[in-house]
Amino acid sequence: MTSAIPDHYQSASSIAANVASGEISAAETLEQYLNQIEDNEKDVHAFNLVTIDEARALANEIDKLVSKGGNPGPLAGVPVAIKDNLCTRGIPTTASSKILQQWKPPYDATVVRKLKEAGATIIGKTNLDEFAMGSSTENSAFGPTRNPHDFSCVPGGSSGGSAAAVAAGFAPIAIGSDTGGSIRQPASLCGVVGVKPTYGGVSRYGLLAFASSLDQVGPFANSVKDAAIVHEVIGGFDPLDSTSIKEAPSPFTDLLGQGINNLKVGVIKELMGGIDGISDEVIARANEAVTALSNAGAQVEEVSLPAALYCLSAYYLIAPAEASSNLSRYDGVRYGLRVDGNNLNEMNINTRTEGFGDEVKRRIMLGTYALSAGYYDAYYGKALKVRRLLAENFADLYKDYDVLLSPTSPCTAFKIGEKVSDPMTMYVNDVCTIPSNLVGHPAISVPFGIGSDGMPIGIQILAPPMNESVMYQVAETLEQAGT
Amino acid sequence: MSPEIFKENWELVVGLEVHAELATTTKLFCGCLNQFGNEPNTNVCPVCLGLPGSLPVVNEKAVYFAMQLGRALNCTVNRSVFARKNYFYPDMPKDFQISQYDLPTNSDGRLDLPNGITIGIERAHIEEDTGKTTHIGTSGRISGADYSLVDYNRAGVPLIEIVTKPEIHTIDQAKAYVSELRAILLTLGVSDAKMEEGSIRVDANVSIRDIGETNLRTRCEIKNVNSLKSLGRAIDYEANRHIGLYENGESPKQETRHWDENAGRTRSGRSKEDAEDYRYFPEPDLVPLNPSKETITKIDQELPELPAERRKELLDLSGAKPSDIALLVERNHDSFATETITSGGSPNQVIKHLVNNLPDGLGQLTPQTLAQLAQMEEEAKITNTQAKKILEELVEQGGNPSNIAAESGFEAIDTSEVENLVDELITSHSDEWERFCAGEKKVQGFFVGQIMKATSGQADGKLINQILNERSAKK
Repeated sequence: MTSAIPDHYQSASSIAANVASGEISAAETLEQYLNQIEDNEKDVHAFNLVTIDEARALANEIDKLVSKGGNPGPLAGVPVAIKDNLCTRGIPTTASSKILQQWKPPYDATVVRKLKEAGATIIGKTNLDEFAMGSSTENSAFGPTRNPHDFSCVPGGSSGGSAAAVAAGFAPIAIGSDTGGSIRQPASLCGVVGVKPTYGGVSRYGLLAFASSLDQVGPFANSVKDAAIVHEVIGGFDPLDSTSIKEAPSPFTDLLGQGINNLKVGVIKELMGGIDGISDEVIARANEAVTALSNAGAQVEEVSLPAALYCLSAYYLIAPAEASSNLSRYDGVRYGLRVDGNNLNEMNINTRTEGFGDEVKRRIMLGTYALSAGYYDAYYGKALKVRRLLAENFADLYKDYDVLLSPTSPCTAFKIGEKVSDPMTMYVNDVCTIPSNLVGHPAISVPFGIGSDGMPIGIQILAPPMNESVMYQVAETLEQAGT
Repeated sequence: MSPEIFKENWELVVGLEVHAELATTTKLFCGCLNQFGNEPNTNVCPVCLGLPGSLPVVNEKAVYFAMQLGRALNCTVNRSVFARKNYFYPDMPKDFQISQYDLPTNSDGRLDLPNGITIGIERAHIEEDTGKTTHIGTSGRISGADYSLVDYNRAGVPLIEIVTKPEIHTIDQAKAYVSELRAILLTLGVSDAKMEEGSIRVDANVSIRDIGETNLRTRCEIKNVNSLKSLGRAIDYEANRHIGLYENGESPKQETRHWDENAGRTRSGRSKEDAEDYRYFPEPDLVPLNPSKETITKIDQELPELPAERRKELLDLSGAKPSDIALLVERNHDSFATETITSGGSPNQVIKHLVNNLPDGLGQLTPQTLAQLAQMEEEAKITNTQAKKILEELVEQGGNPSNIAAESGFEAIDTSEVENLVDELITSHSDEWERFCAGEKKVQGFFVGQIMKATSGQADGKLINQILNERSAKK
């Protein structure tokens, strides 16, 4: 067998409704998904750990609550896979790195807590590029995840395990993190929906930091509606995250089913051929999406986002700079791997040399350099200027447009091993997704047909901050047109 | 003003960096207790242990304290940004310290010393403290230790670092600056300011230059100074070391040096620190602090009277010695003194008792009872010794000083009675009296002693002397 795509996907909302009404138990639901995992996980390797016992215990609690007539929550009995860089109390959280050596956090990430409170059944921890650094999930210390559509291809990354889990039917919902496209790009490559929320819209408390000013947690789902429902559950102000937004956004599902008549959509020309490296096939498919939206009543126009040209360069200074500081704490002193040395300094060096993979080391070095005295202004400082310029570009566009559109990924899923030896080629995968991270705006990737290789293609809808309801509205229209 | 000469043709240039622990209930970025002396690693949580995934949330009380100090030091309170100071050390759970860099909370202030000299304040910024390492092994230092222990109770405790401009030119000024800063911290109640317990820590940047020279020469940062006395000794040692180097045609290199109290000298510290690049950048997990105008106005309005004003007030009222007044302000006994004096206590007696006899607190004493006591003393109804005894009782149990005096049989002995006793003594000891009249001072003690003996110590010594002098003058 070379692929593992189920005949159909059950929606999270229908599972929750059925569990809440007692039509099917959370336990039975869980077993269906565990069977799916049992059948195909050895080929896909979406998970670092399937938490069977804990999941069964959670499902039983939901069933008990339902039998007592209690309200089991909007995600009652919905199995959810969690990216392995989100803390789960008492359950190893590895970031797919050797350096954490099966470290068990003493606390749940806010997102995990909220999911449990909403009745979700946490089913396991999904594979990722080590510390979320990568676009193929090949940089995992525990081996790559395979694309469920074709095992010889990557699922994208860094949340490749989460995307693959949803595509393979291992869970109707998965949670990922997106620093430069790490939810949307694998969603695109695996043919599922992936959302990067507004920065500050979802708590980062308990997310192992990669680049703090860019990281955002978000959902994978098989439908736009499911993604919006889960986003609603995990979002909201968290006093434990200082960058969390206090004001509540309008409910994400509010505008679903309303069509997009008279909405204004801008198509970012720089990401439709203006910048090299985006495949003709992907651009062609994006143009079909434009037509579909236009047919649905939207006013679609080509727009320019000039700063998009510098985003990749700015990102690869800012993200590594923050990462170099965030990853300092993995020093062998308090937790995780420790490789001894003759003195403290040697122990630090030996631990980090053995504990981190090549890509992580590469980015720590890049970031350390970019922040060094004498280089700060030329690199980090300059990158911050691009960020401000980009924010101005976006603000100008959103005066006239409700949402913006671009491809999600410049290409369909590539072969495992194809790009590992050339980091620059790998970095270009994020060219369409990075702008949203740099400005903290929300964006979604929606599956929209397949390429000549039979692999999925995703379209990205970008929206102004805290304006996800219109993003979901347009994405839903695209979803309907694409199927 | 003419420059202060440190030695021959040399002028001392010192800038001080004082770290003060802020007396908040909880730490700077988490809800753990900010408490000294607990079992190691008991006041810790994922945040102050820097566990993966944890995030800091700033303690608003700490920020408020910092801004209060800033205003008390006449600083501008700015929009400020936390920054990460990156370096590896096991006492720092995250291997970076959250501090402030180019945008500190307070900048451009000044502190007026009691002698009228003004020291410029460069900045006063907020940062987190580190944990505490103990190196086990014969050396007591990390190199050569068998193993090291880390206590993270102190990690994340809020600190304010107050940095002066290099405007201190004598050792006395340096000491006076630290004393005055301590007095301000105590008055505001924002820090315990105990130098010995480490709740304030002083680092001195020391350099030397020719009299009249305006540029700054290479400085050395002196750490590990644990008292005002060692601050003075350390600066003196270091300045002389620099002078010695220059006079030999050499010059000091910029470095951190540690004061060795026992050896009475500074020693070169971690030399790698010269090359240390902290790679500061804005802390992305925190948002900028942007106090409103209203907040600053509120801080200004709530600012208590500062030590300088308090000293001036008491000085004007009492005319006492400045050093005594400074001591009372530091002990926070100045308003008590003021109230006692305005209740009729004689300034001399009141200040004397508060300074000398009440260092451990006032207990049940009230301004009214102290005023009464001072008055009785002033009117010579009781002696010094008796007053001290009554004072002890007033502190312990309170009560009325005249009643206590009566109960203790301290009723003053009548002047005429003392006169009679003196006259009797003159008659019975005519030899001694002749010597006294001839100016032999030590015989005075004999007479006073005899009268005291006869009155069981209840006669007023001053009165005895007065009578003796009168009698000898008449002779």
